[in-house]
Amino acid sequence: MQTAYQFPDAQGHFGQYGGVFVSETLIPALDELRDAYSKAQNDPSFIAEFQYDLKHYVGRPSPVYHAKRWSGLLGGAQIYLKREDLNHTGAHKINNCIGQAILARRMGKPRVIAETGAGQHGVATATIAARYGLECVVYMGSEDVKRQAANVYRMKLLGATVVPVESGSKTLKDALNEAMRDWVTNVANTFYIIGTVAGPHPYPMMVRDFQSVIGDECKVQLPEMIGRQPDAVIACVGGGSNAMGIFYPYINTSNVRLIGVEAAGHGIESGKHSASLTAGRPGVLHGNRTYLLQDENGQIIETHSISAGLDYPGVGPEHAWLKDSGRAEYVTVTDDEALGAFHDLCRIEGIIPALESSHALAYAARLAPSLDKNKALLVNLSGRGDKDMHTVAEKSGLVF
Amino acid sequence: MSRIQETFARLMSEQRKALVPFITAGDPDGDSTLPLLRALVAGGADIIEIGVPFSDPMADGPTIQRASERALAKGMTLPRVLSIAKEFRSENSQTPLVLMGYANPVEAYGRERFAKDAKSSGIDGILTVDYPPEECGEFAEILKRVGLDPIFLLAPTSTERRFSQVASLGSGYIYYVSLKGVTGAGNLDLDEVTSRIPSIRAKVGMPVAVGFGIRDGSSAARIASVADAVVIGSRIIEEIENSPNDQAVGRVQALVQGIRSAMDAGQQS
Repeated sequence: MQTAYQFPDAQGHFGQYGGVFVSETLIPALDELRDAYSKAQNDPSFIAEFQYDLKHYVGRPSPVYHAKRWSGLLGGAQIYLKREDLNHTGAHKINNCIGQAILARRMGKPRVIAETGAGQHGVATATIAARYGLECVVYMGSEDVKRQAANVYRMKLLGATVVPVESGSKTLKDALNEAMRDWVTNVANTFYIIGTVAGPHPYPMMVRDFQSVIGDECKVQLPEMIGRQPDAVIACVGGGSNAMGIFYPYINTSNVRLIGVEAAGHGIESGKHSASLTAGRPGVLHGNRTYLLQDENGQIIETHSISAGLDYPGVGPEHAWLKDSGRAEYVTVTDDEALGAFHDLCRIEGIIPALESSHALAYAARLAPSLDKNKALLVNLSGRGDKDMHTVAEKSGLVF
Repeated sequence: MSRIQETFARLMSEQRKALVPFITAGDPDGDSTLPLLRALVAGGADIIEIGVPFSDPMADGPTIQRASERALAKGMTLPRVLSIAKEFRSENSQTPLVLMGYANPVEAYGRERFAKDAKSSGIDGILTVDYPPEECGEFAEILKRVGLDPIFLLAPTSTERRFSQVASLGSGYIYYVSLKGVTGAGNLDLDEVTSRIPSIRAKVGMPVAVGFGIRDGSSAARIASVADAVVIGSRIIEEIENSPNDQAVGRVQALVQGIRSAMDAGQQS
């Protein structure tokens, strides 16, 4: 019998990873958040409120779909898709935003802030801020503001203020820096809704907990469909929240393989990728110790992925721990492979997946043919691809 | 006694307060840093904080962010900062140097090796912004073992429990962040700061330096009337930023001299 998995420890450590690597000015805010979350976790009224909104506002549980035609064409294992793309706002991000927004309200914080890359977490935060009547400010790298005009407009429609960030590489990591600076300055009335399982403790744990509804549902749904749990669970990993959400409930089920798929961009050897676990080294960034893409002097380097949501030089610390401990495997998929899976799912199953999720799909397509037909692969289809129309069209030589 | 402790002891006997300017190494370029350090001493600096540039300076406002970006664009690295410090130390044995920066460049360099090399380069204290006491126990021990002072931050929001944590881990001085927010922010509440310093000093049992938001001689003098040291960073970086390269050194010296005079006059009155 395997010992129950109990991470992080009270200080937020997953082995040598995680922790609270922030300036003194943020410590009291994190202490306050940790205490509030720890109360909420054991408060039936908090849990009831969270579950009510997941059901009635998000539309949970999201179904699991057997991609029969695609599996048949691949000629091996059966592929099952956890349909997070069917959630309100079109991705898994909303699960976490609801949890944190309820917490913000309980803590008496009338203002929420968020960082966003492609804009999905920004849209989810703006959505829930509108729903709960909270002021909302979203930080977004000025490069991303240009690339993701539709999502910027969505956030504005929902009543949020979008602040373009001009520092550093003008992308997600800089938006995160700027959101932290806002939080330090406005900590008395502001709640920072971090969108992934990164940042200082308690964020990696809290975001994982809110997202683990994904895996909890799967653990009930798969036995109903196929009479047992899947042989492997596959999810894309940028910061890693959709992956932690589906992995976490399976960690103690040791015969289920957990496979995280990182973005290899133009290929690992090209240096233009976002594969922190595969090609990075441990270091400290954004409040935690984890694998980072960095140069020999410890400066964070610019990353690349066709999917903005995976374009981040770090990764949640729990993934670093799962990698080192061997409980999860981490593999990579290039831009081109992800695009291939994107088009296949569109044409064969009639589902337009997000480019992020297409990385997980591409790995499933690589793995399935090598496995027997009675094996089952569960892929987290973490978001829908409407936001990626421009990127995909451009790759095909179209502009609209 | 460390060079930092000696400095505070000497200043106390002279009934003066320490002026602690901050510059980012490599801003505007690597060749300017040593002349700027000399200018800070000539202007009346008692201790100098040298910023080690980092790609993601989360706790800094726009001014110091830009200084970091300029320095990195010109190729400044932690090994180069150490070699500049060594050169400075070969000509100045009195003025303590404190390296201020973020954890990742130190981790990439290797913590043990960093401590050893910093010490042999003539560095006296280390302030790592994103190593709060809860993540710094081991590193503080490494620093102390080679004779470096681990410097910690305290903030207006810090609790009583943190005062004792910092008192047991830190040495040299405590850096009290005088306002909420990032470096270079405005709205410094002088009354709030001055009322808190005596009790902080009593609790931590070491000199208290105050920084964040101090921009001129009069605010420096007000702070100096209660604190042991006054840290000035963003205002100096702005002077460097706004000067033609060949005039930056002279202007920085004049700025520091002006603040020094205001502080010393304040002490006598």
